[in-house]
Amino acid sequence: MTVLLAIVVGGLYASGLFLMLRRSIVKLAFGLVLLGHGTNLLILTAAGVVRGRPPLIPKGEGAFHAPPADPVAQALILTAIVISFAVVAFAVVLLHRVHRTMGSDDIDSLESTRP
Amino acid sequence: MKVLLVLPVLVPLTTAALSLLSFRRAARQRALGLIGSVLQLAVGVALLRAVHRGGIQSTQLGGWPAPYGITFVVDLFSALMVLLSGVIAVATSLYSLSDIDRERREHGFYPLMHALLMGTNGVFVTGDLFNLYVWFEVTLIASFVLLVLGNERPQMQGAIKYVAMNLISSALFLTGLGVLYGSVHALNMADLSLKLPSLAPPIRFTLAMIFLVAFGIKAAVFPLFFWLPDSYHTPPVTVTALFAGLLTKVGVYALVRSFTLLFVSDGEATHALLLGIAAFTMAVGVLGAVSHREVRRILAFHSVSQVGYMVMGLGLFTLSSLSGAIFFVLHHAIIKSNLFLISGIMRSGGKDARLDLQGGLLARSPGLSACFLVTALSLAGMPPLSGFWAKLILVRSGLDVGSRGAAAVVATSLAVGLVTLISMTKIWNEAFWKPAPAGADLAPRESGARRSALLYLPVVLLTALGVTLGMAPEPLLAVVRRAAAQLADPTDYVRAVLGEGRP
Repeated sequence: MTVLLAIVVGGLYASGLFLMLRRSIVKLAFGLVLLGHGTNLLILTAAGVVRGRPPLIPKGEGAFHAPPADPVAQALILTAIVISFAVVAFAVVLLHRVHRTMGSDDIDSLESTRP
Repeated sequence: MKVLLVLPVLVPLTTAALSLLSFRRAARQRALGLIGSVLQLAVGVALLRAVHRGGIQSTQLGGWPAPYGITFVVDLFSALMVLLSGVIAVATSLYSLSDIDRERREHGFYPLMHALLMGTNGVFVTGDLFNLYVWFEVTLIASFVLLVLGNERPQMQGAIKYVAMNLISSALFLTGLGVLYGSVHALNMADLSLKLPSLAPPIRFTLAMIFLVAFGIKAAVFPLFFWLPDSYHTPPVTVTALFAGLLTKVGVYALVRSFTLLFVSDGEATHALLLGIAAFTMAVGVLGAVSHREVRRILAFHSVSQVGYMVMGLGLFTLSSLSGAIFFVLHHAIIKSNLFLISGIMRSGGKDARLDLQGGLLARSPGLSACFLVTALSLAGMPPLSGFWAKLILVRSGLDVGSRGAAAVVATSLAVGLVTLISMTKIWNEAFWKPAPAGADLAPRESGARRSALLYLPVVLLTALGVTLGMAPEPLLAVVRRAAAQLADPTDYVRAVLGEGRP
């Protein structure tokens, strides 16, 4: 499971970076989204994947049985997802404005108007 | 829970919320913004007093004990930074009264500005690495919107680079956090500083490099700085001054914090790398400044160059070099914000701050010229101004280290100081000294004595503050030395956060 997740994380990072290196602003946004998802999955994987063992102490007992799932990693990812929603929402609005102002989604068209 | 430690975040938050509530009432928003900034300055003073007298303070939000709950911790370095952000806030608020146009005000300039201040203060007071990320994002989102507010074409061009680079930096930071949490299962910085030395060196070094790149992008060090000069000259001057005073400092703060508290075990390798980065940052930044002919671009490139000095102080990693770095951060934030504010007044004499369109400012406004001259000389490090002391401490501690690398960095820093002077002379010659070019549009942008008095007031205040720092550096130096001692030996920090029971 961990190996599979690691491969998925690597794939997400690679495709995110690939998209960001293209010249299109829209692909830049998609690259950022993929990179964000890759990072979230990486936190989950790095903290240790545990299946079907919630971090709850069974009724009438004083301690955990087996190592439970790590709630902190999930809390971190939850926060990161909320933040990345806000950032992506801003990025999409910005792209829209840039597209309206420039009339193109090519990043190089930004450079051509520099003094 | 000590309320004083939460106030640096609470005051801007309240200000932002109240200004949002009075969204359509410009006068009330302006007053609120100014009151909020002054209160924040007061909080900074109170915090510095408390930490100066009572040592490092910490508080646990929600009452959870240290490594589990969210910690706010303020040592002298943090307190100085909070105080600094208060100073910059007051200066930019005053300036914004007449610099920010109606459209920007109506689109929420004041709530955003205070959200930005809340984010930077949060960065300074938090004692938890994940919270540092969250505050970074608060700062970032506010700065994104401030950067594009007004919707002008050049702003868009700068914004794309700024947004993309900072989002990459955030993703890297989060990646580092994930790996860090996976390997030591701790996020509290004091806890981490105890647990990291036992981590396998290769993983620790990898983590150090990830954080170096992530914070390096925010601090605008070589070779990750190019978003800065492209975005700093486009928004209104108030925003640029705020960014120059605080945003890169946030990156430098994070670098200093992580490389004094967390990643010190591989000192040789990481700090040698930091020294190399510092030298290149100084040199490349100042060369960029020499090659440009627009005031705000020159100043933006100088910002890059000066970040090099701060990183140099961190890279040398001695007691005196750390105090030099802290002094440099304080000096530079004041001086650079002031220079940007002055560039705004210069520009209001014409449409553009391109140097070939400027001229004759010395005759038209001798007061402004005097302020600029003093501040520019301070930036270049002329004695007896504040820049001189900052550089003197750094150079001396570099010579004390005595290694070949340190000597090379010291030589670079001296040469860069000279080139800085040359490029500031260029602005002086072109904009102030030479007669105004024929046909230049020199009519003031805004008429009315009250408005221009409001532009001049923060400039005069900041210049006076800069001169005071230069003429009487000793009280501040004493505080800075103690702050550096706290950074160099994190035992007190760890004890303040984790309680007496721990080492």
